[in-house]
Amino acid sequence: MSLLNETLDFLANQPGLLVRSAGSQLLLSAAAVGVATAVSLPVGMITGHLRRWSFLAISSANIARALPTLAIIAIGISLWGIGFLNIMIALVVLAIPPILTNAYVAVSTIDHTMVEGARGMGMRWWQVLARVELPAAVPLIVAGIRTASVYVIATAYLASFAGTNATLGSVITNEGHYGLAGVLAATIVIVVLAFAVEGLLGALQYALTPRGIRLTRRLAEARAVDMSRQEKETVSTS
Amino acid sequence: MSAPLTVLAGGPGGGPVIPQFGSSNGCVANTSALFCPDWVTSNWGSVLEPALLQHIELSLIAVGIGLVIALAAAVLAFHNGWFSRGFTGIAAIWYTIPSLAFFELFVPVTGLGTLTIEIGLVGYTLLVLFRNTLEGLRSASPDMISAATGMGMTPWQAFFRVNVQLAVPAIVAGIRVATVTTISLATIAAYISPLGLGKPILQAIQDSFNTELIAAGGLTILLALVADGLLVLAERAITPWQRLGRR
Repeated sequence: MSLLNETLDFLANQPGLLVRSAGSQLLLSAAAVGVATAVSLPVGMITGHLRRWSFLAISSANIARALPTLAIIAIGISLWGIGFLNIMIALVVLAIPPILTNAYVAVSTIDHTMVEGARGMGMRWWQVLARVELPAAVPLIVAGIRTASVYVIATAYLASFAGTNATLGSVITNEGHYGLAGVLAATIVIVVLAFAVEGLLGALQYALTPRGIRLTRRLAEARAVDMSRQEKETVSTS
Repeated sequence: MSAPLTVLAGGPGGGPVIPQFGSSNGCVANTSALFCPDWVTSNWGSVLEPALLQHIELSLIAVGIGLVIALAAAVLAFHNGWFSRGFTGIAAIWYTIPSLAFFELFVPVTGLGTLTIEIGLVGYTLLVLFRNTLEGLRSASPDMISAATGMGMTPWQAFFRVNVQLAVPAIVAGIRVATVTTISLATIAAYISPLGLGKPILQAIQDSFNTELIAAGGLTILLALVADGLLVLAERAITPWQRLGRR
């Protein structure tokens, strides 16, 4: 009980520290997810569109998924030093797999009859891409970004091991100074942040889903839930 | 970054390392050296190997216990939608808790040691193992179940011989993700009690010792990749019918 009281006290007395750390943790996470999206969306979508080199896209996602974050930070310290760049690279590696596999699956599983119908209506390839393929793929793509965001927000506190004290990791890795109550308060803030971002991106995903596709949305969601399952599915659809 | 005295094993051409060059003391004493193979060979038995073995043990136990819990929970959830939602909710919240914070918060309850670490690691495996298993169990179509019943199977026989059988690929896919996640999170556990490969990694971060950073970090990455690769092979071995379905 006393831990709970102390935690509430901490939340009430240290709003400056918590808000500042949470803010920079969010910024760091957004930057990492942004870079990961910029890298993996084109790769996933192009390989999905061509339905070729899928092995390459899926395998690189699987390898990236296997890389332990703390090990990347450690090797990074020896190769490119401590600081922002170090944690950034580790978080980008963490965020790439779900975004890449979802982008690939989203584009490669688009109903071919839809594309052919659009071509039959006289659309050029860029019109097919912009008005048929992209809207159909967007929900799954956003689902991948959503999964990645939750991973990254829950892991960004490792910045403290990479030599930057900007995140809530500064509280979590300093139990000696802030006490167990501080750790619990920081944890609560991170869990709330993760769920808030997941909810927001979920709403975005819903808003970006074309009305016709919303009908089959549940089906697509089930596909997006897990990247590991997608691997199986891409095998069966290839 | 300048690392003028970098010593690479074997040299770029694969030639032998000149014995006098980069003797253990000279290389380790030089703080800007990127990698000293001598340090690795002389510390393999005392530092790296025990840490590697501990890490494998920690991860195996965590994935094993997580799998037993997740399988039991998924069988229950398959027959009970309410339980399914409850379990998914708890596992999803657990998944967003920063692992280090979880370990710290459990130390007062379960002590500084393996038990605390294993509880945390098991918890992080549950979400993916449970979700994959349940999804796999649900992948049997009603037609398949009617066919099984028509062949004279009891409902439980149909469940074990159709649903469970069809769930195997999804379960193995889940084990792959759970295993690499566990190997990753176990490194962080060393912050609480010095076990596994996290111990040399954290030590090296504290000392800014390049050789140990690369050796311990590289060993952890290698372990994760090998474990993932072995599970892919295992998946192919126990689900030969999957390959027939390709193309």
